[in-house]
Amino acid sequence: MNNGALVRLIDVHKVYRTGEMEVPAVRGVSLEIKRGEFVALMGASGSGKSTLMNILGCLDRPTSGSYLLDDADVSGLNRDQLADIRNRKIGFVFQNFNLLPRTSARENAELPLVYNTQRLSHAQLRERADRVLAAVGLAGREDHHPSQLSGGQQQRVAIARALINDPEMLLADEPTGNLDSRTSVEIMGIFQHLNKRGITIIMVTHEQEIATYARRNVMMRDGMILDDHAVSQRSDAAAQLQKLGTDVTM
Amino acid sequence: MRIAPTFNVAYRALRRNKMRSVLTALGIIIGVGAVIAMVGIGNGAKAQVEAQIASLGENVILIFSGSTTSSGIRTGWGGAGTLKIEDAEAIRREVPGVIGVSEEVVSTTQVAAGNQNWFTRIFGESADYFDIRQWPLADGAPFTAQDVRGANKVCVIGRTTATQIYGNENPIGQILRIKNVPFTITGVLTPKGLSPQGVDQDDIVVMPYTSAMKRVIGGTNLRNINVQIGDPGQIAAAQQQIITLLRQRHNIRPGRDDDFTVRTQQEIAEAATATSRVMTVLLGAIAGVSLVVGGIGIMNIMLVSVTERTREIGVRMAVGAHGTDILTQFLIEAVTLSSVGGVIGIICGIGVSALLSIYAHWPTLISIGSIAIAFLFSAAVGVFFGFYPARKAAALDPIEALRYE
Repeated sequence: MNNGALVRLIDVHKVYRTGEMEVPAVRGVSLEIKRGEFVALMGASGSGKSTLMNILGCLDRPTSGSYLLDDADVSGLNRDQLADIRNRKIGFVFQNFNLLPRTSARENAELPLVYNTQRLSHAQLRERADRVLAAVGLAGREDHHPSQLSGGQQQRVAIARALINDPEMLLADEPTGNLDSRTSVEIMGIFQHLNKRGITIIMVTHEQEIATYARRNVMMRDGMILDDHAVSQRSDAAAQLQKLGTDVTM
Repeated sequence: MRIAPTFNVAYRALRRNKMRSVLTALGIIIGVGAVIAMVGIGNGAKAQVEAQIASLGENVILIFSGSTTSSGIRTGWGGAGTLKIEDAEAIRREVPGVIGVSEEVVSTTQVAAGNQNWFTRIFGESADYFDIRQWPLADGAPFTAQDVRGANKVCVIGRTTATQIYGNENPIGQILRIKNVPFTITGVLTPKGLSPQGVDQDDIVVMPYTSAMKRVIGGTNLRNINVQIGDPGQIAAAQQQIITLLRQRHNIRPGRDDDFTVRTQQEIAEAATATSRVMTVLLGAIAGVSLVVGGIGIMNIMLVSVTERTREIGVRMAVGAHGTDILTQFLIEAVTLSSVGGVIGIICGIGVSALLSIYAHWPTLISIGSIAIAFLFSAAVGVFFGFYPARKAAALDPIEALRYE
């Protein structure tokens, strides 16, 4: 059964009901993502990629079809069970960072641990938060509030928050959408570095250029997968940054 | 449940919005403070009335002569002259549990000494009177049973009468002329202050009832009889026995009304405290309204807070918060606001009561019970008014919440 697939979607449909109208957003998607992959999910707005992302992130349930995450069917779980899956197995990175305002980088990174079933002491929380913050190059900025950080740094805090529970996969929804191109490359550098260490990454983007940092691109249109291919000419963020004249911060 | 970290989360959220938290709590502070102060004032007034009633004496039964109608004119209680000295003696002799009886006649008249005179009340009593009313002498000695038997010309006077006639002089041993009869003053009573009806109880001359009847007032009828019972448990039985005894002595046929009235101190106290009890309830209710308004303030702010922090709620849910975690967080925030406000309000209420006592001389009484009730009520206000916003937050869809602008 286990052939290394972390994510298996089998004929997943998602239909939204608005009054009498039924709007199909995802129409029969089957997709397999193995451990250690770095997938860019692409498509125009309305293509269903966000809906698919929500299903992959266990924020939403498919109307029909099944979703096996780590060989466990999660398509029939209730709200609280999904919340526990998200807490243990999935790390989220959002376009607008979604950090808590007026809250230090450390406390932001600690957030998923608050809802974890394992009880950690204050010192343990702190130690783990500082470790993931250092891993994304934010050592020394643990006490900064989001307003005191640049966009790139805020996104690093968000990545640290996503990593703190050692998730099976990282889900990034337009992670570079609010960043300039240089900072975007830096964030891609972090992703590539994490991926090299074995973390599975699924990233929604509409930028072709950003998608080339992934190993595999999945194109969607009208709620179906249009194209699925390995990236042949993969961009290397570290090399890009070197070309831009600075060393990588990691 | 993840209570401890959720507490921490709620506490941090309140600290992030200090000004708002303080203003929200202020509504509860004012509400609880008002309740504590108002109930304190009401209870203080009630306690004062109760203390005055207690000054009537303990375990006392009062028997008043009935009313009579003469040429169409009704005399009012005590006017019928149906109570006789023999009635009092019968009570003393026959009713079990009686430890003191005082025959009472009352009049008002001019009294004089030297070049001073004063219009005051004359009370004729037995020697038991001072025990019954728990009214010790400040100075000198009371008249004795011997004085009562001999209708001696002796009296004790109240503080007001003493001051009006003798000023700073010691009245003991002095002669007080009452209707031109010289009475020797044997003692001065301790001050008792105003009665519940506002009469100065210290403006008084107390003498043996025999002397009063024979030398001052005339007549042989008693206005009333004061009876003291030893055991409070026997009061009701004694009251009944007195009624039976007097009906028998006055030859009242079954079915006819009594020509006398028997009141226990308890009944008098209940009537007198009823007013202040109503006042306490009224003041408390008015203050309670401000507490409810404070609660609505909490609800308002919590609703604003839920809307404002929709994205935060979305993030928390995305990283694994259950609906109950979010509910608990917002509920804790609301209850913290209301109970911290409650504690500060209690302190403020006690302070206001103390200031009113000191500067306005209003009697106030703050009980542990009212503090406990105020605190529990303020916490309950937090739960009640915090629940709706908290449930609203918990019911949010994480996808919608994350997308909220």
